[in-house]
Amino acid sequence: MAVKKFNPLPGFGLTMGYTLFYLSALVLIPIAGLFLKTFQLSWHEFWQLVSSSRAVAAYRLTFGAALIAALINAVFGTLLAWVLTRYEFWGRRFLDALVDFPFALPTAVAGLTLCSLFAKNGWLGRFLVPLGINGAYTPLAVVIALTFVGLPFVVRTLQPVLENLEREIEEAAATLGASRLRTFITILAPTLFPTVVTGFALAFARAVGEYGSIVFVSGNKPYETEIAPYLIVVRLEQYDYHGATAIAAVLLVISFLILISINCLETWASRFER
Amino acid sequence: MAGGVKSRIRVRQSASRRGTEESPLVRWTLITIGVAFALLFLLVPLINVFYQALAKGIGYYFSSLADPDSRSAIYLTLLVAGITVPMNLIFGLAAAWAIAKFNFKGKSILITLIDLPFAVSPVVSGLVFVLLFGLQGYFGRWLDDHDIKIIFATPGIVMATIFVTFPFVARELIPVMQATGSEQEQAALTLGASGWQTFWYVTLPSVKWGLLYGVILCNARAMGEFGAVSVVSGHIAGLSNTMPLHVERLYNEYNSTAAFAVASLLALLALFSLGIKTWIEWKTRRDYDLAQRAVAEPEIER
Repeated sequence: MAVKKFNPLPGFGLTMGYTLFYLSALVLIPIAGLFLKTFQLSWHEFWQLVSSSRAVAAYRLTFGAALIAALINAVFGTLLAWVLTRYEFWGRRFLDALVDFPFALPTAVAGLTLCSLFAKNGWLGRFLVPLGINGAYTPLAVVIALTFVGLPFVVRTLQPVLENLEREIEEAAATLGASRLRTFITILAPTLFPTVVTGFALAFARAVGEYGSIVFVSGNKPYETEIAPYLIVVRLEQYDYHGATAIAAVLLVISFLILISINCLETWASRFER
Repeated sequence: MAGGVKSRIRVRQSASRRGTEESPLVRWTLITIGVAFALLFLLVPLINVFYQALAKGIGYYFSSLADPDSRSAIYLTLLVAGITVPMNLIFGLAAAWAIAKFNFKGKSILITLIDLPFAVSPVVSGLVFVLLFGLQGYFGRWLDDHDIKIIFATPGIVMATIFVTFPFVARELIPVMQATGSEQEQAALTLGASGWQTFWYVTLPSVKWGLLYGVILCNARAMGEFGAVSVVSGHIAGLSNTMPLHVERLYNEYNSTAAFAVASLLALLALFSLGIKTWIEWKTRRDYDLAQRAVAEPEIER
């Protein structure tokens, strides 16, 4: 970079000091407080709190639904990103702008509207419920809501990569007689794969922590449609601070692990780019 | 404008690039599936919000918004965003200046730490503040003795909101400031400008779009945050209910039309944010294209 050893710009001490102070006061110390609280528990107590059958059912739903939703987004998000970057059609720009809608829409509103759409008398539920597809107050409802909130991730991660793809390689393949399908399988798919995985991981990470929309759509029945973040709130409302903290610590450690793997994935993906 | 030029080029290319185009059948199948998926998951939920909000007529819509509890929820949401966004804006500027303009050890760790709140579940974000300031928390006894309320009151809501919106401005600004480098600032300093003048007249104008982008995203999330705020607020109607919490309350009271009325304001906010975002993207792309053309044109003439 342009910055050499001697840097005449002022303000490093001030801005760095403020950054560290603000970061510590509002993020690091509060998170450390949670772990400190967890360490007050003995290992045995901790294990009992986090491995109760209700908690295990909640993890299973949280991670299972997040995984399915992220997979749906990986498939349809890739397709949508492809359609939006490669083809011209009426309304493309509008659709492109709309992809960010789940980012911008408050999750409570997302939950509210999805629930009313898939309920028995809703616009979609009125056709789906007679077919036996219950998109409200069921595990399926959780998957639908998580698909909605995770939708932009795969599309937005993939789009810049698709735009920068050198078409000469595809032309070369075509010149050498490869069919379009073969070009896609042997050239495009391997190039795009790491980026799709990154987008998938981002959507998964978002889905694991999601709370606002799920509260509305799932019905929050213990053992059936209760997600892990909701169980934390339940424990908190029972003034069971240790129970809430222990489950929160589990979620927090898992989200850190996901964050680290996303960082690794991004370096892997950018290595394939050039 | 740019679209017209682009599409004309596309047409000419497609005539000569048959080998790299899918057959029309494949293309239109993909477009149909993609558009259907997007409409079903994006447009239908959006239209439904406004349809449900107006289900009992425009009069009912405005009377549910004018309800005192709704009004106080709107006021609290504006207040919280009004404190949160400037706080994170100042932090974002400071962090971006330190990270983009200087070299130091542990820079990538610092960037990861700033991104950390994005990885934390909103509920956990609220919980950490309850554990610090709640009645059973580390500072709970002391705060109670001094009659200071943080949890179940506005300060707690503000802190939880700052936590969840923490990275927005900083992560938009850092790459923009890194891309512009620091030659211009150094030139300003050499010409005798003070540090503040340099920042105000040189740095700030060059990052203004990135800054606005970050502020818009930060504001949208601050006004719409549900999980973290729900844990710290205590849901006291007329006192510590923000708009998203008020939506839930109305919904639980089986007043779904009123819930959708408040929700429609949040949906309008989302649309407004998207509009500004698209506008900034269009503007920066146009500026970039113009700059590219200005560089390329003399060569064409030659």
